[in-house]
Amino acid sequence: MRLLDYSQSVAGGMLIGAGSATLLLLNGRIAGVSGILGNVVFEAFGEQGWRLGFLLGLLVPALILGTGIAHLPQTWFLAVVSGLLVGAGTQIGGGCTSGHGVCGLANLSTRSLVATLVFMASAVLTVYVVRHAGAS
Amino acid sequence: MKFLTALIAGLLFGYGLLVSGMTNPANVLGFLDVFGEWRPQLAFVMGAAVLTAAPSFWFVRRSRHNLLGASVDMPDRRRIDKPLLIGASMFGLGWGLSGICPGPGIVLLAGGNGMAFLFMAAVIAGMWLIQWINTKRGS
Repeated sequence: MRLLDYSQSVAGGMLIGAGSATLLLLNGRIAGVSGILGNVVFEAFGEQGWRLGFLLGLLVPALILGTGIAHLPQTWFLAVVSGLLVGAGTQIGGGCTSGHGVCGLANLSTRSLVATLVFMASAVLTVYVVRHAGAS
Repeated sequence: MKFLTALIAGLLFGYGLLVSGMTNPANVLGFLDVFGEWRPQLAFVMGAAVLTAAPSFWFVRRSRHNLLGASVDMPDRRRIDKPLLIGASMFGLGWGLSGICPGPGIVLLAGGNGMAFLFMAAVIAGMWLIQWINTKRGS
């Protein structure tokens, strides 16, 4: 493993943390992407401006720089099943990698720590079954 | 003003996701594959993000205000209930299948690939389904 790989991880992580801090310090909001997305889609009115601003901000760097190499799901079935589980799961559990994983842990929340450990364990198990215990 | 500050926050977050490499699902799956050829990068991304954000959360938690003086409602930090555990398990299952969570999912829309749009449409459909069920139950 080259040092460069980690420096990009750390630099990227610091930017993500700075973005979360900015939203909290200036908007008083939690940078939880699933929650923001859900509220944009399902809450007809109310404070939508900041949510649209944040989501637009997420998109713009990739629109300018491109997304780089991205190994997307190979089949539409996989994309749909995975997406449905991510949408339903984050709605029920009240957050995803950003809301529970970054903001929740930064807020020293035991609720978010438990959520993060559970979704990590579940995802690790899923990858294990798919890659190592599958029909091989 | 709220739009502008949130836009700046989103720009930092979105650029960070690109720099970290976590917009490539292969890197995420490489982290989750602890029994295979493990790639620990995601732990460094998350660790750096948490450490960077933590002082701001400490400040707002203590003062109950943001920097502009507006009061802030912080989320519950203790409640551990069935929905949290079931939801997190379902999310992990979906995340492990594709290597995409909502943040990178939105960033990947910029690439214009149909699979990214299909994934995000399914995410919204999944959210809608739960909202519909909750409304039917009257909760």
